[in-house]
Amino acid sequence: MHNKTIAELGAGLRAGEFSSVELTRHFLERIDSLDGGLNCYITVTPDVALQAAKAADQRISAGDAGPLTGIPIAQKDIFCTQGVKTSCGSRMLDSFISPYDATVVERLNAAGVVMLGKANMDEFAMGSSNETSYYGPVHNPWDRERVPGGSSGGSAALVAARLAVAATGTDTGGSIRQPAALCGITGLKPTYGRVSRYGMIAFASSLDQGGPMTRSAEDAALMLQAMAGFDPKDSTSAEEPLPDFCAGLNDSLQGLKIGLPKEYFGEGLDAGVAASVEAAIDEYRKLGAEVVEISLPNTHLAVPTYYVVAPAECSSNLSRFDGVRYGYRCEDPKDLEDLYKRSRGEGFGEEVKRRIMIGAYVLSAGYYDAYYLKAQKIRHLISDDFKSAFEQVDVIMGPSTPSTAFGLGEKADDPVTMYLNDIYTIAANLAGLPGMSVPVGPVEGMPVGLQIIGNYFAEAKLLNVAHKLQQATDWHKLAPEGF
Amino acid sequence: MSLDRSDIEKIAHLARMAVDEDRIEGYATDLSNILGLVAQMDDVATDDVTPMAHPLHMAQRLRVDEVTEVNRREDFQAIAPKVESDLYLVPKVIE
Repeated sequence: MHNKTIAELGAGLRAGEFSSVELTRHFLERIDSLDGGLNCYITVTPDVALQAAKAADQRISAGDAGPLTGIPIAQKDIFCTQGVKTSCGSRMLDSFISPYDATVVERLNAAGVVMLGKANMDEFAMGSSNETSYYGPVHNPWDRERVPGGSSGGSAALVAARLAVAATGTDTGGSIRQPAALCGITGLKPTYGRVSRYGMIAFASSLDQGGPMTRSAEDAALMLQAMAGFDPKDSTSAEEPLPDFCAGLNDSLQGLKIGLPKEYFGEGLDAGVAASVEAAIDEYRKLGAEVVEISLPNTHLAVPTYYVVAPAECSSNLSRFDGVRYGYRCEDPKDLEDLYKRSRGEGFGEEVKRRIMIGAYVLSAGYYDAYYLKAQKIRHLISDDFKSAFEQVDVIMGPSTPSTAFGLGEKADDPVTMYLNDIYTIAANLAGLPGMSVPVGPVEGMPVGLQIIGNYFAEAKLLNVAHKLQQATDWHKLAPEGF
Repeated sequence: MSLDRSDIEKIAHLARMAVDEDRIEGYATDLSNILGLVAQMDDVATDDVTPMAHPLHMAQRLRVDEVTEVNRREDFQAIAPKVESDLYLVPKVIE
């Protein structure tokens, strides 16, 4: 039952082959017996899940079911869930029971999903390996000695390990696509503004975007349909019409123009990963696509630019955690300044502190022009690279990551080496473009991700392109041994 | 750009964040390395480039000036570290 997709399970539920309560119990039992060795979940919510499953079963028998009704999923612990602990992977919010639901949560609940629990993640979504979580690292189900990627590492690992049918994730610099690649699942970061950020704990507000993490492109389309759309509660939500993301999944790719940026296939890319990506691109040629080489000349500036913009926004956003209204508070503060300083010092972990300090530094008097303003200008150049590219091609393809999953602890002590792992994913966030990672041929038993970047609001095209590959190949059906 | 101990102390104060004494040297190294990565930006001529603060070119929406939220004081205070008589408590600030 756990190998089935949302579409297959939905059909089974509506045909009365099994109930949502049975399906939910099946996944709760799997979590109980298998998550101990992976640490994908921070909080498991069996009571909430079974209550939602019962309600879903009633909707199904009343003939009022949608495609997601009764489907067990996990929410990344960055999304506020009313009445349920929302930790964001941090000691700062270890005691935080959210008094409201994020819009994404509210919409998925309205669609009838069953929330099994809250997924582990890098603290405040800052990390590429899930090792910065206050709740400990997540293990990659393909090899437990390796990382699952991050920051949505719990979401990616639990979808790969079949500990939920799908999960939500968020992507500020690659946090959906990179873990999706390292765990062998499908992940979609929508266009900035497509999915509401209301109730999604802010890291870098001009970059953050929520999206689905699933085992197929079709499932991603079904999830995105429920998650996306204009939200008056988010001042940066885009007032764009919402297409039917499933309608064009099977459209022909005859004549599709694929651009391969030469900068994504240069030095630093693992030879095995390159070969897997090239094999997938050959599949697209067979499907009738035309492949051309393009250039995104400012690619090498994406990581440096990001590590000014993201920390600057992070230091501003995280100033709200002050030990006064919610979250962690230090013991016996001697005065107000001591309360702020120690609550923050004790509540935040190492990586979060590093980024807050970088942000505070680049925004401080005398440095703003040299760092933040400069970075915003280069952000424009990076965005213009894509603009020119999309005048020539329909989609851009390349690897999601430079290598397969690295070992736990391997890069944890060296922030700069860790940051360079997001070299292919960050530019799409800076430009605000949608991007996907889909599993392609594994290298030495470890998954590889093909990244597909589209033009603004072209998620339906990305899903079509990903779905056609998954109809022609079986890479996305591979499962880690023992799950 | 290389940061030293006093720079870290100053930045940590700006961020109102305590850092462990024995970690200050480590932060100085880490932050200097990150700023070294960031320094690649210096090689790019950007005099004629307009800064991009936001990925979408859209105007800030306005809404009708109406009360839409209900008062949930009790819910919000229930998750606060310390409250008394409907107020959030902090150490005394006025002598």
